[in-house]
Amino acid sequence: MSTATTPDTRRHSLKRRGGLLIAAVIWWALYLLNQPFWDWLVGRVVGLDLTSRLGSGVQFFFLDTVKILLLLAGIIFIVTVLRSFMSVERTRALLGGKREGIGNVLAASLGVVTPFCSCSAVPAFIGFVASGIPLGVTMSFLIASPLVNEVAIALLLGLFGIGPTLMYVGAGLVIAILAGFIIGRLKLERWVEPFVFETKLRGKIIDSTAGLTWDDRIQMGIEEVGSILRKIWPYLLVGIGLGAAIHGWAPQDFFARYAGPDNPFAVLVAVVIGIPLYSNAAGILPLIDALYAKGMPMGTLLAFMMATVALSLPEMILLRRVLKPKLIAVFVSVTAVGIVGVGYLFNAIL
Amino acid sequence: MNIKILGSGCSNCVNLEKAAKLAASELGIDATFEKVTDYADIASYGIMRTPGLVVDEEVVLSGRVPTAAQVKELLAPLMS
Repeated sequence: MSTATTPDTRRHSLKRRGGLLIAAVIWWALYLLNQPFWDWLVGRVVGLDLTSRLGSGVQFFFLDTVKILLLLAGIIFIVTVLRSFMSVERTRALLGGKREGIGNVLAASLGVVTPFCSCSAVPAFIGFVASGIPLGVTMSFLIASPLVNEVAIALLLGLFGIGPTLMYVGAGLVIAILAGFIIGRLKLERWVEPFVFETKLRGKIIDSTAGLTWDDRIQMGIEEVGSILRKIWPYLLVGIGLGAAIHGWAPQDFFARYAGPDNPFAVLVAVVIGIPLYSNAAGILPLIDALYAKGMPMGTLLAFMMATVALSLPEMILLRRVLKPKLIAVFVSVTAVGIVGVGYLFNAIL
Repeated sequence: MNIKILGSGCSNCVNLEKAAKLAASELGIDATFEKVTDYADIASYGIMRTPGLVVDEEVVLSGRVPTAAQVKELLAPLMS
């Protein structure tokens, strides 16, 4: 692709930047107008009392739906474009030859920034292990990737602000690093399906992000927003619906009584419930928003969210192709223990 | 020309197959299409992100779903 800047390409690039700028301005306007709009529509036009259960529930539902959709669209787009500069192949090259310890830290960090969907979990696992990257380091990558995902970050940022978001990212990285490291130390290679080590990687290594133009990247961003929204909108509506119901009907401080800081088992229960739950962050976060408003502590809530998002039945089923059940069990337990620990820690320090 | 689609059945692989078939027919290429869904086989091609496009045993694309036009660009130089 020619990189000479003819008048045509200059005009095209100006058009592109103009388009992006306009989109950003519209986004901001919608975001700021969201609350006043629904206050007006539900409160004045429809005439519901916004302090009543029905009124506040309905308003919460629409308010949160729009807010979350905007946040998701914005952050998914930006993250996808940024991630288009990174590839799994390059991650593998970067991780090659690194010892454990450093390798775990690097793998976890790369797991956060590398574009990765769970359907690629198995090829990626095989690709890493067959090229000589230690099992523990690969695990750090596999744990960090779904745990610290852009949907969760977008929603945490919008609903709770930068503080909890940074806590979440930090906790996710630490869990991924430690869990991967421990799994590596336990020397569980014998619990990986043997064919993985025997896989011969033939052919040229294609970098899936080579040669992308800015137009390509923007197109990928837009497509990713569409694809993710199409996948998660049912979860989103259910989550927001539940959140709205709690918001409108549960008494204030309801959860503080049963699951508050006085209850030492709250975190444990939250994680145990969260593990088998299959939802992505979009469905869980509106629920968490409402629970927090009703008194549940942030540590317990983050633990619940991590347990739901990081460990899911579909992913375990996929991983069964490459990991023997015992290794899957270890994987789940070590991650779960890490999440419980994080939950208690945050409850203690907040 | 032998064209293989590497992927385990998620919508990306289906779309890649559609794009590839459209591109091949527009270029007038008489190609045999195969789907490779076994993970060990997929990984042996060296790709780490599905879907993947393999032409005559060479990986030409992995990790994203191209448009039919982009597949045509990839296939055209490989026509013998």
